[in-house]
Amino acid sequence: MTDPASAAGGAAVTEHASDFVSAAEQASATSNKPRSLAQDAWYDLRRRPLFVIAGALILLILLMAAFPTLFTSVDPTYAELSRARQGPSADAWFGYDAQGADIYARTIHGARASVVVGVLATLLTVLIGGTMGVIAGYAGGWVDGLLSRIADVFFGLPFVLGAIVILTSFRAAGGNKPVAIVGIVVFSLAILSWPVTMRIMRSAAISAKQQDYVKAARALGAKPSRIILRHMLPNSAAPVLVYATIALGSFIGAEATLSFLGLGLRSPVVSWGVMISDSGTWIRVAPHLLLFPAGFLVITVLAFVMLGDAVREALDPKMR
Amino acid sequence: MGRYILRRLLQLIPVLIGTTFLIYFLVWSLPGDPFAGKCGDRPCPDAYINAMREKFNLNDSIFVQYGKYMLNVLQGNFGETFNGIQVGERIALAFPVTLKLAVVALVVEALIGLTAGILTGLRGRGFLDNLVLVSTLFLISLPTFVTGFVLQILLGLEWGIIKPTVQSGAPWSQLIVPGFVLGSLSMAYVTRLTRTAIAENKRADYVRTATAKGLTQRRIVGVHLLRNSAIPVITFLGTDLGALMGGAIITEGIFDIKGIGNLVYRAVLSKEGVMATGVITLLVLVYLLMNLIVDLLYAVLDPRIRYD
Repeated sequence: MTDPASAAGGAAVTEHASDFVSAAEQASATSNKPRSLAQDAWYDLRRRPLFVIAGALILLILLMAAFPTLFTSVDPTYAELSRARQGPSADAWFGYDAQGADIYARTIHGARASVVVGVLATLLTVLIGGTMGVIAGYAGGWVDGLLSRIADVFFGLPFVLGAIVILTSFRAAGGNKPVAIVGIVVFSLAILSWPVTMRIMRSAAISAKQQDYVKAARALGAKPSRIILRHMLPNSAAPVLVYATIALGSFIGAEATLSFLGLGLRSPVVSWGVMISDSGTWIRVAPHLLLFPAGFLVITVLAFVMLGDAVREALDPKMR
Repeated sequence: MGRYILRRLLQLIPVLIGTTFLIYFLVWSLPGDPFAGKCGDRPCPDAYINAMREKFNLNDSIFVQYGKYMLNVLQGNFGETFNGIQVGERIALAFPVTLKLAVVALVVEALIGLTAGILTGLRGRGFLDNLVLVSTLFLISLPTFVTGFVLQILLGLEWGIIKPTVQSGAPWSQLIVPGFVLGSLSMAYVTRLTRTAIAENKRADYVRTATAKGLTQRRIVGVHLLRNSAIPVITFLGTDLGALMGGAIITEGIFDIKGIGNLVYRAVLSKEGVMATGVITLLVLVYLLMNLIVDLLYAVLDPRIRYD
């Protein structure tokens, strides 16, 4: 087990070979059948405290994003100026913001926008980068050269500056609907980060392409689409999966950063980034405006980074 | 080696053109009238608009505009804004400040990151290792502006150890805390990279040979182990200098540093296209050149890598 790709391939071969042995032998084989890489990783993961903590936190955050009313019955947009910037109390656990809205309710409701941005941006990044990477890795030659150069062009853009330019360019066109606001932020995050996924996927695809099972599939007359989808993709998905988990966390952080600059999400959308951005002017007199949304943000990002770390260690047999 | 440098330089050209064109296209395709509000409350007179469109080649196609612009930039002329401010002068004022900040960040992250990485890599599993791993996880999850705000409030306003904002000259001593903030994320990566590299190389054959020869521990670690483990770290630090300069915008905003990020942020918001393209083009240039230098450094540091 030096290479995850070859390990998974080996498991597949034994599965097919077992069709040819007698029933008695097969019975004994199933009882101590070698675990596949995915099973192995899962077995390993369940025993890691890091994974369990991260998983529990993420479940809680997802629950918060899906059903915010489970946690609070206060309307996050209802504001009363008379109670502006009051500190935490029994009525409002996290206090009130500059407009007099309940920070606890806003933080809970803010999870949805932040998580949605993170998940959609990750999906889009993996989709663009993964497709380009697999095509570049499979085709090689001038296609690889061309796609790699295109990736280099986007990789050369500094992340924050690029996002600022893209967001200001497309902001005016989008209008004020929440869907449009979220869509533009997701688009700009994905367009700036897909080259990383592409590079990871490309190198995984190149190493998978040289494996015997791909050569065998080609010798048997499999079409390129079948080789890519059935053989190369499952065997090169692991590193992308790890990157995607960590990227999800960093996208949530990036959304907050852009909102902090006043360019990401904005009212009427409630998100942690928007709350942090609003707190900027009051930070001296009312630090709790910043503290609670920032705390939730950091914990969420931390949970995803921890999950990615744990998955990486489980999938990489060298680390054991 | 000479052929490799040449090939890398040739590869750099299409990427450079692509990235700068992308920037140019994005900035100049900004929807909205670039002259809105430039003449006070009245709409601008036609004569002014025509003169300006002529001056900034706005009547040409975007490709011709870009070509003309790049020809000027290559001669060191970054053009002037709608108000007639020389972009090159502004950049010359702001660039050294950001460079200073990025260098401080790089030094801070290299010092702390390398020390922590070497210590944990050599010791192996244990309390210190777990402590460092958890702190790196924490640093990775902290967005820069949270670190910046917290340090500014605590050190600057509550305890009064530092000045909460940096003076216009940006003296080195005042840049230490902003540099720490800017470099904190990369510090975590440097620590992890060093730790993994040391832990892997510790078991390498040449380390065992060196031990068997009876060399002192100092020499084994300092000469044999560190030199071989430094390669991925130096790569990271090199490419990071470019990234730090591009990412300095948030730190500069918090600590009110008059650097390039500040310049470009205001330029984008006020639709000063010439200023925005100029600064970002320069940053892209720095980033790509740093990547090239790092790639070439590879060959010097690791003679096992042969380019041909």
